[in-house]
Amino acid sequence: MSTTEELIKDLVEKNGKTRNSLMPVLQGIVQSEHYLSEEALLCVARELDLSAADVYGTASFYTFLDTVPRGKNVIRVCKTITCHMKGKDDIINAISNALKVKVGETTHDKKFTLLTANCLGWCHKGPVMLVNDEIYPDLTPQKALEIIEEYAKDAK
Amino acid sequence: MENNLKKVDIIFESDEKISPLAILEKTQKRPADDIILDLIDSGLKGRGGAGFPTGLKWKFTRNEDSDVKYVICNADEGEPGTFKDREIIDRVPEKIFAGMAICGYVIGAKEGYIYVRGEYNFLLKGLQKKLEAFNQGMKKLNIDFTIALKSGSGAYVCGEESALFESMEGKRGEPRNKPPYPTVAGYNSKPTVINNVETLVYTTMICHMGPEKFKALGTTDSRGSKVFSVSGDTPISGIYELELGMPLNEFVNEFGDGDTKAIQVGGASGHCVPRKKFNDTIIGFEGIPTGGSMMIFNSSRSMYNVLHDYLEFFTEESCGQCTPCRVGCQQLLKGIEAVKRGERPPAYLDDLKKLTATMKIAAKCGLGQSVGNPFNSIIDNFREEIIY
Repeated sequence: MSTTEELIKDLVEKNGKTRNSLMPVLQGIVQSEHYLSEEALLCVARELDLSAADVYGTASFYTFLDTVPRGKNVIRVCKTITCHMKGKDDIINAISNALKVKVGETTHDKKFTLLTANCLGWCHKGPVMLVNDEIYPDLTPQKALEIIEEYAKDAK
Repeated sequence: MENNLKKVDIIFESDEKISPLAILEKTQKRPADDIILDLIDSGLKGRGGAGFPTGLKWKFTRNEDSDVKYVICNADEGEPGTFKDREIIDRVPEKIFAGMAICGYVIGAKEGYIYVRGEYNFLLKGLQKKLEAFNQGMKKLNIDFTIALKSGSGAYVCGEESALFESMEGKRGEPRNKPPYPTVAGYNSKPTVINNVETLVYTTMICHMGPEKFKALGTTDSRGSKVFSVSGDTPISGIYELELGMPLNEFVNEFGDGDTKAIQVGGASGHCVPRKKFNDTIIGFEGIPTGGSMMIFNSSRSMYNVLHDYLEFFTEESCGQCTPCRVGCQQLLKGIEAVKRGERPPAYLDDLKKLTATMKIAAKCGLGQSVGNPFNSIIDNFREEIIY
């Protein structure tokens, strides 16, 4: 049994073998593997006794349930109006230059994926970004780079 | 600058002497119908934006004949410019739990769920811990109600109640046709009360302090207070609980930076109010209602950029199931870009306004229906900025 299969069996056992468990199961896979591979989606379909199309349909609806490979750390910079006004473009450019990736791309070493996100709910403390599940408000380009650097160290 | 705004402290008030669990214990000794009457009497309307009377919602669900019912707390706060629910969850979660349990007692539900947006995953660990303690506390009091957490995965439309149920059922977050309304068939097609985070806290506090104190605040059409999320061009952005029914000019005097050109009331799906209308705009159900988002723009901002940002947002967040919204959002965005580039005449904006009227009638849910709010209010008041 592959590690993905094992992970999915554990998640299904923990959440129950019902359609209502689909979201927590998919979320659990993304938590460990950063995205939903074809293998994972097919395995979930088998374990929950759903059609693969149903599983893919649900997964592809949600922004945080990625169906393409992502880096170990996913950076999401808020792009909605107040963060825009507070300089999100400078943040994105700084990270983009430092990691040598454009928005939507993953670094060669698979450590980082740079994405933008719609309103993250920190409009009074913009610009803001999420790295995985951690939130970083009141950013400056300098601060953003320091945070990324910390993650780069940990990801070795 | 004179301060006319009445600041209120109900939501975040922390009274050491009486815990939310104690309020629950006290309240569930009262007849359920009395609690409903108190809520109706208080005039509390939903604080998520739509403004349905909370007492009636509970009453309708109570009247449904079903063994299984649910209480759901909608914490899928995603409206641009809104961040008050995150703060409430973080600071006074027990008041939310108590509100849910009171609701469970009133309608006859044994299970409650809090659906927290994926963007707030960092809150889950702490919230889960407090929730377990509260569930334990209820068990000790022999209250037959348990609350669990559900988490979203980055979809604005899941804040729409029926889309939220779909998401909880492991499906694409596509809104359902209404009726049936959630009070009849909600989560798992069972009668369900779904309330916003802030609404549930107010129910707890109304049960605690009585409807009179709440009713004394606000106006006839907009009873009570509300938590506002203030952002944009203001020196004091943040969260403020204010009395409803305030004139917008008083708000601007307090929060503006002295050069306020426009305020977007109610987030991306709300209305844009220009400076010349500050004096005769009331914030409340008789004027412009809001889920709490107040975005302030000063004269250095291009309203074209603001509208463009909103339309991009809706184009991305439209679930895509109904054509008026899916195609409408795209065409509005392309349309203002074409006018800006001079590829379409300024009069084309009027055609686009007609499109928003169609969307308002034909779109399946509030997302598509409300895109016309920002579109028309920005086009009507800042037409020259869109064209040139």
